[in-house]
Amino acid sequence: MQSNITCIVCPMGCRMTITKIDDRFNVEGNTCKRGEKYGIQEVTAPKRMLTSTVKIEGSVLHMLPVKTSDSIPKEMVFDLMDILNKVRVNAPIRVGDIIIEDVLGTGVNIVATRSIQKIS
Amino acid sequence: MKYDVVVIGGGPAGLGAAVEAKKTGAKNVIIIERDRELGGILNQCIHNGFGLHEFKEELTGPEYAEKFVNMAKENNVEYMLNAMVLEVDKNKNIVVLCENGVNYINAKSIVLAMGCRERTRGAIDLPGTRPAGVYTAGAAQRFMNIEGYIPGKEVVIYGSGDIGLIMARRMTLEGAKVKAVIERGSNSSGLTRNIVQCLDDFNIPLLLQHGITYIHGDGRVEGVTISELDNTKNPIEGKETFIPCDTVLLSVGLIPENELSSDMGVELHRGTRGPIVNNKMETNIDGVFACGNVVHVHDLVDFVTKESRIAGKNAALYALDKKAKQSKLIQTIQGEGVNYIVPQYIDVNCEDEVSLLMRVKDIYSNKKLVVKCGDKIILEKKRNHMVPSEMENIKISPNMLKFIDSSLEVCVEEVDVTMKEVALA
Repeated sequence: MQSNITCIVCPMGCRMTITKIDDRFNVEGNTCKRGEKYGIQEVTAPKRMLTSTVKIEGSVLHMLPVKTSDSIPKEMVFDLMDILNKVRVNAPIRVGDIIIEDVLGTGVNIVATRSIQKIS
Repeated sequence: MKYDVVVIGGGPAGLGAAVEAKKTGAKNVIIIERDRELGGILNQCIHNGFGLHEFKEELTGPEYAEKFVNMAKENNVEYMLNAMVLEVDKNKNIVVLCENGVNYINAKSIVLAMGCRERTRGAIDLPGTRPAGVYTAGAAQRFMNIEGYIPGKEVVIYGSGDIGLIMARRMTLEGAKVKAVIERGSNSSGLTRNIVQCLDDFNIPLLLQHGITYIHGDGRVEGVTISELDNTKNPIEGKETFIPCDTVLLSVGLIPENELSSDMGVELHRGTRGPIVNNKMETNIDGVFACGNVVHVHDLVDFVTKESRIAGKNAALYALDKKAKQSKLIQTIQGEGVNYIVPQYIDVNCEDEVSLLMRVKDIYSNKKLVVKCGDKIILEKKRNHMVPSEMENIKISPNMLKFIDSSLEVCVEEVDVTMKEVALA
């Protein structure tokens, strides 16, 4: 198995080829150790942070920005978007408030990324 | 109304400057903001990647903004919202239009922090009909992230700047189909990490050396004609393709917003399109300072914050009459391979380290940045990789400045053999 990826550890953007030989990975095209580590993670278990919005009621604003508290497996991103599109919260909200706990069994929380006041 | 320091613009630059002015000892400091809340464009940048330098953690835009809004409140910085500055004169009289009518404010010193604006369809002369559905990427970002509306279902993005790339991902996540990102140059102007995480992750094609030659649609966008471009950026005949879509997003560059500055007589630089400043971020008008994207477009908000502290501190010192006497100003000159340098002037007797912020003209591998004064080499910095989309920073210490008697030139040069050996040793 062989994959071609672009390294994002630093601005150089090395193009790397990662080949799986038995149980080991061979990384080519990287110019540093960090690139090798990133490349192996990217082909074995790629993870991403997800940021999006959920609906909020009782505020001047209609949308509350949220994020995952840690990165989640890349293949779960669209499932999580489906969940977030059904969420509705009520103002007031404080930055860091947990909106969903342990989402999709990942152990990762969805947290608010800003504070929003309630309309008085 | 009278204030020590008036800051125009409540985005990251204005907030940073206001907080620093207060900390330096200015008695009353006010921010004038035209939006309904402080924080500026950070509020709509809900993605993460902000604050790695400033807070040593990865924050989203709204989180970064909120930290600074809280600091402003803790430091008793005053602010006016929904307020638009109409005019500023050389005596620092400011005319502000706000909810209760026209207000007149006099300032001892002013910090210009109005940020920048996106280039529009008109700015790039994009031919075609004039249907609905053509937006700048930042406008679309505001619709989605703040107002909660998705601007379209089938999207073509023109220009591969970072906002365009971020919007490609954002619209895909919310269910739109991003058909392609079209870029005139042979390289993307966005950061590599954004190309990987925003385009490659979702298999969105990036078409380099292509341009949109026509926007079609009657009432609403129905599609675009794109064409491959030759080396002189002209369309190649027979290489056109039609892409059906209902929305076109433009991510074709940012321009510092300086109507207020130039109206009051602040001199602008041709390369940056922002005020010409010295190492105190002071413009040609005494007591008028500037920082952030109004001076030059930054790629990281962390660097805007750094710059805003310099402007805020010196604006406060000016207002308090504690400004250090200016000795001799020398000019910074962009040499071979360098597009611009900020600040454009340095006081040789300054007490603080000066950061020369610059952009290179092209993509360079294994080159060095050389700082020269006449024939004298002041400093050399080897760089493995330089691209125009990533700002370069060279620090000049007060000690080095002591030996400088005329202008400083920075250029990109070949690395010689001895230099390589030094680097390897």
